[in-house]
Amino acid sequence: MLEEVQALRQEAHHERARKEHLESSQNAAKLASLADISAPRHKDLLCFLTCGSVDDGKSTLIGRLLYDTQLLMADQLADLEDVSRRHGTNGKSIDFALLVDGLEAEREQKITIDVAYRFFSTDKRKFIVADTPGHEQYTRNMATGASNADLAVVLIDARKGVLNQTRRHSFIVSLLGIRHVVLAVNKMDLIGYSQAIFDRIVEEYRAFSAELGFESLIPIPISARLGENVAARGEAMHWYRGPALIEHLETVDVTRGPAIRPFRMPVQWVNRPNMDFRGFSGTISSGTVKPGDPIVVAGSGRTSTVKAVVTADGELPCAVAGEAVTLTLADEIDVSRGDVLAAADNRPEVADQFTAHLIWMNDEPLIPSRVYLIKIAARTVGASVTDIKHRIDVDSFSKLAAKTLALNEIGLVNMATQQPVAFEPYGLSRTGGAFILIDRVTNQTVGAGVIEHGLRRAANIHWQALEVSKKQRASMKGQKPAVLWFTGLSGAGKSTIANVVERRLAALGHHTYMLDGDNLRHGLNKDLGFTDADRVENVRRTGEAAKLMVDAGLIVIACLISPFRAERTAVRESLEPGEFVEVHVSTPLAIAESRDPKGLYKRARQGLIQNFTGIHSPYEEPESPDIKITAEMTAEEAAERVVGFLSNAGYLSDEAGSKQ
Amino acid sequence: MLSNAAGNFSSVRPPGHHPAGDAPLIRLDAVNAHRRGLSHLRRLESEAIFIMREVAAEFSSPVMLYSIGKDSAVMLHLARKAFYPSRPPFPLLHIDTTWKFREMISFRDAAAREAGMELIVHTNQEGLRAGITPFTHGSSTYTNIMKTDALKQALTAGRFDAAFGGARRDEEKSRAKERVFSFRTENHGWDPKNQRPELWNLYNTRIKKSESIRVFPLSNWTELDIWQYIEEEQIPIPSLYFAAPRPVVRRNGRWIVVDDDRLPLDPGEMPEMRTVRFRTLGCYPLTAAVESSAADLPAIVREMALARTSERSGRLIDHDEAGSMEKKKREGYF
Repeated sequence: MLEEVQALRQEAHHERARKEHLESSQNAAKLASLADISAPRHKDLLCFLTCGSVDDGKSTLIGRLLYDTQLLMADQLADLEDVSRRHGTNGKSIDFALLVDGLEAEREQKITIDVAYRFFSTDKRKFIVADTPGHEQYTRNMATGASNADLAVVLIDARKGVLNQTRRHSFIVSLLGIRHVVLAVNKMDLIGYSQAIFDRIVEEYRAFSAELGFESLIPIPISARLGENVAARGEAMHWYRGPALIEHLETVDVTRGPAIRPFRMPVQWVNRPNMDFRGFSGTISSGTVKPGDPIVVAGSGRTSTVKAVVTADGELPCAVAGEAVTLTLADEIDVSRGDVLAAADNRPEVADQFTAHLIWMNDEPLIPSRVYLIKIAARTVGASVTDIKHRIDVDSFSKLAAKTLALNEIGLVNMATQQPVAFEPYGLSRTGGAFILIDRVTNQTVGAGVIEHGLRRAANIHWQALEVSKKQRASMKGQKPAVLWFTGLSGAGKSTIANVVERRLAALGHHTYMLDGDNLRHGLNKDLGFTDADRVENVRRTGEAAKLMVDAGLIVIACLISPFRAERTAVRESLEPGEFVEVHVSTPLAIAESRDPKGLYKRARQGLIQNFTGIHSPYEEPESPDIKITAEMTAEEAAERVVGFLSNAGYLSDEAGSKQ
Repeated sequence: MLSNAAGNFSSVRPPGHHPAGDAPLIRLDAVNAHRRGLSHLRRLESEAIFIMREVAAEFSSPVMLYSIGKDSAVMLHLARKAFYPSRPPFPLLHIDTTWKFREMISFRDAAAREAGMELIVHTNQEGLRAGITPFTHGSSTYTNIMKTDALKQALTAGRFDAAFGGARRDEEKSRAKERVFSFRTENHGWDPKNQRPELWNLYNTRIKKSESIRVFPLSNWTELDIWQYIEEEQIPIPSLYFAAPRPVVRRNGRWIVVDDDRLPLDPGEMPEMRTVRFRTLGCYPLTAAVESSAADLPAIVREMALARTSERSGRLIDHDEAGSMEKKKREGYF
């Protein structure tokens, strides 16, 4: 039986590996120290990442770390020998790199594709290593690995010296807030352990990294393949007097910034087992908290004091940053998921505009003014990029003008959120200043950013309270205001139907206004063209205009191709529930093109018009429109359906307006 | 022989219970932790609790896979801590292949009762009717039908949009690249090239209807962390983890425990008594025991610190072919 054969082969591997392993690396002292695990609770944790270019030996170094700290098990070693023979690049000897190339595609292509997490520990510390690929196109993976790391091991091939990718990786490491760097100059064995070459590389690295703000930069000459200066100081480089890599990792102090930071806790979950208990569960992101401390809900500004710090292990006299707790408060104040509880005498900034560094992570480039979702701590709201101040060339660190950000590009941008959010500069707080952007249609994580500072103008422009309300204005008109949003291809019949609808509504005595896409392009939107970015802005402005008119109590009829789901969704979400009525005029491309009332399709086919929807540029159909108009209906029938919908749903009656 | 099944429960305080009216228990090490920074186990605990709360807050119908092993025990313990004084706001789901050790089943029922959580048990009835067993169909087909297919059936039937699993990144190479929030298609498949970047602890929880996320709160734990935590928190685990004399047969160089008369004995094969324990618990014909004298938690932790083979070496299914874990995951395995 095949399985039996395989199992037997495995067993033979194990036996041999066990013997070899004992001979090669076991010594009594090490074993004794490993067995001494009497104080596991006092071990702390260091997360670091390794980065460098392809073939600098990252995977080899990690394999070496696992091997030298005896965290590589005998059966894994046996597997490794087996795989080394088949895929290895090291001839017949063990290729440690294969240990960490876990996916089939990676083994086939002999490259690392994705971030891999590895674990090892010594007597003093437990380590989590993020191994990130070196290829240019995988910048996003490096940022991912760096986001949770406190230290970076930057690998350099001693034969090649500082490369563009070294600079790129160091920049990302710095951007993501890592303040401690080990410069591991690898493959020293291949340059005859030359101190002169080592010194030259270190000097070059120090020169360009001066502006990156690292607190500690420790250069170590190593040979990952031979284990020189990895676990212990080797014999080969007598001129080197610093620590071996593991010695340094065991002792480096990575505690960040001032020890005492004000209390912050983003509320993740409201804990309400019964009517008598209302607690707020979250992980303390900075500072400490104890019963009696005055706190404020950032955002609403409501204050209270902490009644108890509740955990399953009993109430705590005091809880510190990093602990997951549940707080109860002395007063019944409104707190929900996404709120940040903070020290009352030291509050975080709350604003709806800020400046941030943004790393773009999606194949589809950034579209400024498109509304994405931003997730910052436990809060998720709509947000858009209002301005790209510059893009950063991560090889030269120079600032370039940019209209968009493509995959793996980094820029300094201004952002606006749809509701104010509590935040802190990333330099002060990783939790307070880090965010991701999510595409609301594909649900992909498309970007990640770090907040540099809030924008003053957001703090200085306050909403002017108006004395006559939307409800009053609507009530006077005897209708429930709404936007009828007609979307569909050019030539689908949007304007024709919309005109009939408006005529009928006017005949019934309703107050309406038509926003026609083509007409708006002569005024409000005349600076916009037909690129994706301009189309997004076109819809955004029209949506804002429609929103003002709804506020004025009107039934607004908007006719725009509005090809993207994301923007239609954004307009819907900027209005109150029920105020956005999506009308899909679903005439197929062939019929619209055959009608071609303005001759546009013909010109587009001749190449005289660029970016024409349906021909060069996509149209994303609504997934569940409120009203769907098909090509078989006449304009009158279609209008009848729309007016019927409004009537049935209570938009046209007096009560609808006054009931609200 | 297995009379002490689930017996551990009585000896261990349930997490977080202190008699009403008593002065609240005060954790004294909190003050020290402030000075020292949190120890690695406390950081891992906080991280897992954070992940669980994130799921409870953002998904409409989560479920926790409960496989009765030590990792499930730790995960359940953490869930009870995460939501205290509420009960964890999701049910437990056990995929019963019908080839679990008998002790595991009674332990499972006791653990769910103790936590006050709903327990859903699902078996692939078609597989059962077709007589799929690890002996007749080989471990690969058996795992596919009785575990992976069964899991997919249960997740679809329950309309769960998030499922917690106890997998750890240190277990296996393809697991080392797994996200904490692992996106699955409508068919529950895993596409390693189409996973979302995961930065900080900002998990993207957005999915479309019928898609789901597998969530691994123990991603950053190692096997030794699990054992140290079980020891520190006195978490009940099945007695199969502790060394005891058990009837075994030697197969392919491994010790297979004879749990009941469904294990077909080869001609001339005679069960013998050996002092063995399990490092990992799965289906009994597919999980081998190891010779060990570690009969209590301190002894297990000591043994773990000196261990020279990985825990999954006791799992026969991982050795079917190179990259076999990756293949299983693509098909929907946890």
